[in-house]
Amino acid sequence: MSHQLKGLEGEVCRGVRRQARSGSPRAGDTSGRRSARKPTPKAEGPPGRRGAQPSQKEPPRGEPRPGSPRRKPTERTGRRGELRGQERSAAERTSEGRRKGDGRASFKEQRAPPKKEKEALRKEETWKRPRKPRSSSLASGNSGGESLSEEELARILEQVEEKKKLIATMRNKPWPMAKKLTELREAQAFVEKYEGALGKGKGQRLYAYRMLMAKKWIKFKRDFVNFKTQCIPWEMKIKDIESHFGSSVASYFIFLRWMYGVNLVLFGLIFGLVIIPEVLMGMPYGSIPRKTVPRAEEEKAMDFSVLWDFEGYIKYSALFYGYYNNQRTIGWLRYRLPMAYFMVGVSVFGYSLMIVIRSMASNTQGSTSEGENDNFTFSFKMFTSWDYLIGNSETADNKYASITTSFKESIVDEQESNKEENIHLTRFLRVLANFLIICCLCGSGYLIYFVVKRSQEFSKMQNVSWYERNEVEIVMSLLGMFCPPLFETIAALENYHPRIGLKWQLGRIFALFLGNLYTFLLALMDDVHLKLSNEETVKNITHWTLFNYYNSSGWNDSVPRPPLHPADVPRGSCWETAVGIEFMRLTVSDMLVTYITILLGDFLRACFVRFMNYCWCWDLEAGFPSYAEFDISGNVLGLIFNQGMIWMGSFYAPGLVGINVLRLLTSMYFQCWAVMSSNVPHERVFKASRSNNFYMGLLLLVLFLSLLPVAYTIMSLPPSFDCGPFSGKNRMYDVLQETIENDFPTFLGKIFAFLANPGLIIPAILLMFLAIYYLNSVSKSLSRANAQLRKKIQALREVEKSHKSVKGKATARDSEDAPKSNSKNATQLQLTKEETTPHSASQSQTLDKKAQGPVTSSSSSSTLLPAPRHLPGSRSPGSRPDSGQPQSQTHPWRSASGKSAQRPSH
Amino acid sequence: MGNKQTIFTHEQLEAYQDNPFRQRIAQVFSQAGDGHMTLDDFLDMFSVMSEMAPRDLKAYYAFKIYDFNDDDYICAGDLEQTVTKLTRGELSAEEVSLVCEKVLDEADGDHDGRLSLEDFQNMILRAPDFLSTFHIRI
Repeated sequence: MSHQLKGLEGEVCRGVRRQARSGSPRAGDTSGRRSARKPTPKAEGPPGRRGAQPSQKEPPRGEPRPGSPRRKPTERTGRRGELRGQERSAAERTSEGRRKGDGRASFKEQRAPPKKEKEALRKEETWKRPRKPRSSSLASGNSGGESLSEEELARILEQVEEKKKLIATMRNKPWPMAKKLTELREAQAFVEKYEGALGKGKGQRLYAYRMLMAKKWIKFKRDFVNFKTQCIPWEMKIKDIESHFGSSVASYFIFLRWMYGVNLVLFGLIFGLVIIPEVLMGMPYGSIPRKTVPRAEEEKAMDFSVLWDFEGYIKYSALFYGYYNNQRTIGWLRYRLPMAYFMVGVSVFGYSLMIVIRSMASNTQGSTSEGENDNFTFSFKMFTSWDYLIGNSETADNKYASITTSFKESIVDEQESNKEENIHLTRFLRVLANFLIICCLCGSGYLIYFVVKRSQEFSKMQNVSWYERNEVEIVMSLLGMFCPPLFETIAALENYHPRIGLKWQLGRIFALFLGNLYTFLLALMDDVHLKLSNEETVKNITHWTLFNYYNSSGWNDSVPRPPLHPADVPRGSCWETAVGIEFMRLTVSDMLVTYITILLGDFLRACFVRFMNYCWCWDLEAGFPSYAEFDISGNVLGLIFNQGMIWMGSFYAPGLVGINVLRLLTSMYFQCWAVMSSNVPHERVFKASRSNNFYMGLLLLVLFLSLLPVAYTIMSLPPSFDCGPFSGKNRMYDVLQETIENDFPTFLGKIFAFLANPGLIIPAILLMFLAIYYLNSVSKSLSRANAQLRKKIQALREVEKSHKSVKGKATARDSEDAPKSNSKNATQLQLTKEETTPHSASQSQTLDKKAQGPVTSSSSSSTLLPAPRHLPGSRSPGSRPDSGQPQSQTHPWRSASGKSAQRPSH
Repeated sequence: MGNKQTIFTHEQLEAYQDNPFRQRIAQVFSQAGDGHMTLDDFLDMFSVMSEMAPRDLKAYYAFKIYDFNDDDYICAGDLEQTVTKLTRGELSAEEVSLVCEKVLDEADGDHDGRLSLEDFQNMILRAPDFLSTFHIRI
């Protein structure tokens, strides 16, 4: 229905056009419309900046009209014959749209002229009536055999295609909306008219439907992406921090979040496969000695101070190794708990190893693919960093901060990269600094060794003082407190880029902490060995107690004696639980120390500086205490070593991972808060390296180091005889053998035995080494090829650049020769020309076009396709209709930026 | 947006968003060049800033937005203005000039000390997140 209406209107407006053409040259309808709608003097249009463009491409709609009919015949002589009429009608539709706008505007104002025009219209309409059937019959004239030859049909088809293309690419054109609308309507009308005639009745509706679906699809994708971002926990918090403190601080929090994810998986593994089955299906508390608090500890077992030390009821709970029974299967599911315990312990390490290595690999991949963008660091920051979507003032503030920070980061990088420096002095200073630091490390190592030795002596003595008992811990925390700042002071000598400096600092503190960790482990091992040596005697005592209890005289033999209460059974010390408790305590105390340090060192200091600054004799904020900076290296290493503790301890204390998950969760919130509330950004905000592979590398090292002691205890220490899932076995891994023997068919057992043969294992290991060597060499050669390709691209770019500069000069000269109607127009044209391909032919074409500018394009707008290439006239309008072939719609910008620009100009 | 109001001032846009380039946007898209928009201008703006608009078109208008003095080249002065707007003037003068120098160094293909549209497109078409940031949603 609307089509009909439009058609009618088309008739109407055609009439108007005819009248106007025959009469005086139409007053430029842009200005007319504009003045009708918005009667400001500025609205005159063309003089404005943007007005200049329409005037160039769709030339003065007003004055050159009279010229057009004259020009048309020369341009398209008989070739178009019949078609001209149709073209004209189509072109008239162009003006129809325009007119329609006019009409609306003017009707609103209730002016007289339109009415008169309308009357004239009627007349014209009648005058034109006969044409319509003719043209329609013309269109379908194929069957009628009137006058439409194959050739013409093909041409119409072509035009329809062209129009369709125009419709499809309409949104690519930098035209003002009014022009787009008229063009679109014209094209649509054309397509509608002739497509029907050519037998393809689909059109607008399908197109509209497709557009609708495309829009819906885009919206869906966008929503999905939003949803995904919302699903990332703490993304906003971290972005917030990143925008104020730079990516280096944010990298710590990202690392923390990653760690939280890993721990969550470990937690799920351990809880789902070990703790929950034990709680649900295992023997309840108090049924057997290992699940009962001994009589001697019973009265204090619920005291807070005892519980705080993980003694008492907590020690005899499913959180620790000792609670588990060595029953092969538990519950109605016949769940093989000892086997599950062992496999979970192994898979905790397996999963961690896999995830660390995988994320390292993906980080490297990401960093190599991004390497190309280094060319435009600053330009991208400047032109694409603002997110135009931001509609919230708070977000905008953050964005401003983050842009400033990122600029500063890049500036630091830049200054570092072209810093002129005295190489010899720097080298000397670096060697000196490293020497000093190695001295520090050796000194602290010796100190720890000395203290440990002394503590072993103390442990043999009776009544030692509190200090002597805790000497090792005190010395270690003192070292941990004072060495990092010392290192940092020394590192100032080295004058590294802060990012590299951070890595050095991390490595050094890592070495210090390692000493810390290993002394702790050695002490623990000593303890374990002591307990193991006592075990034999304890075993005998237990045995004898039970024996005496059952065989003691003075009891009625007819009644079977009730079993000894589990709390009264003497038991061994269960070194596994002791180790687990040790790790548990360490984790908790580490957490508390971290929190208290943050509270005192950062928050209270910030409060003090902030509020005492009003009444202090010097400027506290700028002067000595100032605010704290966020200590990236310390925090990262704290996290890494804490994770090492978890890995080591989780085998002996399955509950440890749960505690660690809580710890990471709280520290995420707490540290985020502390950073935002009481820290200041670093003096030189620097960008984190793109991949935090350094953190990952350290983590991998710690994982390996924490794997060693656990593997050692599993493989070579006998488990306690009366606690834990492996009690009664010679070694812990015997549970595997047992399962294979009892639960698998015999041939499988044989296969496993065969596989465990050293004759097979050693070749397998050799094979793996070979594979590693091969893959390594392949990756090296690939990366070399990659680097070469990159170099080639770089070289190409250079050539392109120099080429363009030559061309740019040439075009500049050309444009000076060209006649200028007004200066704006000229620059616009020059711009246009620069867009074209460097072929001299096309250049001359554009020149040509420019020269004939007003005339040619006016004719084209009055005839068929107004060929207003606003920007880059990749084809000149004069030549296009003649050739009559659908020219490839090369996008001008593509051609400018693409390969053609590199083509040598002839 | 209804049909009633056909002129949008940049104050209204300001209330709508916090963009440092809001005035430029309004100027670029208003045909009169004074920052007042007709309905058509407004539609123009949203068609360019919509998600569906092609890269080239966006690049063209982005160039216009960053070309503060309308001379069809982004010169050092334009760059300085851009940086100042982006950072709210928190960078020192040397830093700003360093940044501008670097940008010209990176993107100026024909070494004439300013960015032509071609240079700009060449650069912006390689930007990874230009498309994702240069649009507005209603």
